[in-house]
Amino acid sequence: MDDSQAPRPEFPIEDPERRRFFGKVGAICASIAGVIVAIPAVSFLLGLRKAPRDWRVLGKVEEFPVGETKLVSFLDPSPLPWAGVTAKTAAWLRHEEEQKFIAFSVNCTHLGCPVRWLPEADLFMCPCHGGVYYGNGTVASGPPPKPLPTYPVRVRDGNVEILTTPLPISGE
Amino acid sequence: MNANHMNGKQAIGMWKRLWLWFDELTGLGATLGPVMTHLVPRAKKTRWFYVLGSATLVVFLVQVVTGIALSNSYVAGSGQAYESLRFITQNHLGRILRGIHDIGASAMIILVGLHAIRVYLMGAYKYPRQMNWLTGAGLLLFTILMAFTGQLLRWDQNGFWTAVVAAEQAGKVPIIGPWLAHFLLAGDTAGGATLSRFFAAHVFFIPACIFLFLGLHLYLVLYNGISEPPKAGEPVDPRTYRRGYHRLLERDGVPFWPDAAWRDLFFGMLVVITIVVLAIVIGPAKLGKPPDPTIIQASPRPDWYFLWYFALLTLIPNWIERWVIVVGPLVFGLFLILLPLIAPRGERSPLRRPWSILVVGSIVAMIGYYTHMGFVAPWAPRLDAQPLPTQVVGAATGPVAAGAKLFHDKGCEYCHAISGYGGIRGPDLTYVGDRLKPDQIETRIFSGAVNMPSYSKILKPEELRDLLAFLDSRRRLATAGASPPAP
Ligand code: FES
Repeated sequence: MDDSQAPRPEFPIEDPERRRFFGKVGAICASIAGVIVAIPAVSFLLGLRKAPRDWRVLGKVEEFPVGETKLVSFLDPSPLPWAGVTAKTAAWLRHEEEQKFIAFSVNCTHLGCPVRWLPEADLFMCPCHGGVYYGNGTVASGPPPKPLPTYPVRVRDGNVEILTTPLPISGE
Repeated sequence: MNANHMNGKQAIGMWKRLWLWFDELTGLGATLGPVMTHLVPRAKKTRWFYVLGSATLVVFLVQVVTGIALSNSYVAGSGQAYESLRFITQNHLGRILRGIHDIGASAMIILVGLHAIRVYLMGAYKYPRQMNWLTGAGLLLFTILMAFTGQLLRWDQNGFWTAVVAAEQAGKVPIIGPWLAHFLLAGDTAGGATLSRFFAAHVFFIPACIFLFLGLHLYLVLYNGISEPPKAGEPVDPRTYRRGYHRLLERDGVPFWPDAAWRDLFFGMLVVITIVVLAIVIGPAKLGKPPDPTIIQASPRPDWYFLWYFALLTLIPNWIERWVIVVGPLVFGLFLILLPLIAPRGERSPLRRPWSILVVGSIVAMIGYYTHMGFVAPWAPRLDAQPLPTQVVGAATGPVAAGAKLFHDKGCEYCHAISGYGGIRGPDLTYVGDRLKPDQIETRIFSGAVNMPSYSKILKPEELRDLLAFLDSRRRLATAGASPPAP
C-alpha cells in the first residue's frame, strides 16, 4: 500500500496546548527519576567519614627518656578493615618534664610532608622545601606558616596516651 | 596451490556475504561510509601537524586497554594495593603493561598539549569551531586529572604522601578549602577510604567524562569540518566562513579515508611503537616504599608532568602561594574558555598573531624552566648528606675536625655544600673563610634568616667555637687539595 494513502492514525493530542503539557510531563518524569537516584548517590559520595576520637596508649612513661623526642605510631580510632598499613598514624612525642609530654603532628604545616627530627640539632626539618621547626614546634625558618600542630597527650596509670586527631589541614 | 587460491577466494566471498548481511540489517555502511570519506581540506605543508589530535585518541585507547588489563589484578584497597602492584610488576607481562600505561600517560599529556598548541597557533578555535575548542579544553582538563589520580594509584609511599600534599594544597583554597581537602581524602585522614576515592575517579568518573566530551569533540570535528591551514590575509568572517569552506572542499578537498587517515594511523602506530619499546626497555615508574604513614623517611614529589607546578608553588613567596594555588588554574581555565568567545573572528595565521607565538613561547619556557628547577630542587635539603671526609676537612682531630662533625650533625650540611658535599638550599660555604670574618659568620649563625634557623639556643659556646674554626678554615688555599665527590 502507498504510504501517502495510509489512513493517518487518530492522534488525540493534536491540540498544541496538550502537546506542551505532555512535553512538560515527560520532562518532569525524567527529572523525578534522575533526582531520586542522584540524592542517595551524591549524599553517599559527600558523606565524609568522621573518625571518632579516641585515646591510644603509646607506651610506658619510662620508655621515653626526659628531654628526648621520639617517633611514635598508633592505630586510627576505627580503621576501615581494608586500610592495612594506612590505618597507622605517626607523631613526634617529646618528653618535656616528669609528667609533661607533648606530641607533634609529623605533617609539616606548609604542604603536609613528614618532618624529620634531628636529635643533635634539636630541630625538625622538612624534606620537601626545607621548612625548619625548633624542638618546641615553633617555626624556625622556611615556608611553614604555622608551628607544628600538637595532639592532646595524657599520662594514665603510668602509660602515655594520645588522642587521635584528624589530619591537620593547614588552611583550616 | 590452486586449491589454496580457491579457498582464499571462497573465504573472501564468505566474509563479503557476511558483511552484506550485516550491513543490510544495520545500515552501517550507508551511515558510516560518508563519514569516513567526507572531504577534508588539503593541508599541504602543514599536513603532519594534523595528526596530533588523533594520536592523542590512539594513546587514550591504549590507556583504556592497558588500564582494563591492569585493573584485573590491581586491588583498590589501601591495605592491598601496594602488594597487588608488586605482584603485577614481578610478572614479566605485568611489568610491560604497567610500563605502557605509565609511559602512555606521559605520551598523552605531551600529545594533548601539542595538539592544543597546534590548534591555538593555527587559530582553529575561531568560528565555527569554538565548541570544538571548548570540548577540547575539557578533555585537556580531564587528561590532567587522569594523570594526577593515576600517579596516586601507584600507592607506594610517594602515592600516599601525594594524597596528603594534594589535600593540604586543596586546603589552602579560600573558603571551601578544608571541605575540599576532606573530600579528596574521603574522610578525616589519609587512609582506607582515600585510595578508593581516587580509584573510582580514575577508572569510572573521569573516563566517563572523557568519553562524553570525546564523543562531542569528534562529532564537532565532523560537523564543522577539519580546519583548513590558515592563510595570512584571509581573516575568518562568520557570515561567509561556512560558504567559503564548502567551496574550498568542493574545489580542492580530499576524502578523509584514506587520503588523510593513513597519516593519522601511521603516526599513531609510531607513537604506540615508541610507547611499547620504552615500556619494555625502561619499564614503569619504580615502586617506592610501602604506603606506611609511620615510615617518615619520605620526600614526596610528583611525576615529571606536575613537577613544574610543584616547583612554581615552592619558589613563589609564601604570602601569594595561597592565591596562586587558586588563581593560577583559574586564570588558565578562564583563558581557555574565553579565548574562542572573545576572538571568534579575524586572522588565523600565526604570522598575523605574533602574540600567540609569544603566549605559547612563554608558557613552554615557564614550564621548561620550572620543570628543570623541579628536578634540581634547590629548595630541598639533602637529608641524606654524609659527614665530610677527612680530606675535605683537612684535619682528623682538633677544633676544625670537631667543627666539621658539628657542621653535619647540626644539620648545616643538609642545606650548605662544602667542596661538593651537602645541600644547595643555602649558599655554598666551600670558601666562606675568604668571604666572611668569624664574627660575621657568628652573627649569621645566631640570627638565622628567612630560610635558616637561628642557632643561638642550639649551640653551646664550645660548639660554636669549633664550628667557627672549621668554617674559617674554608679558604681557597686550604681546601685546594680536596676534590669534589663523584656524582
Ligand atoms: S611541606 Fe614542609 S616545607 Fe613544604
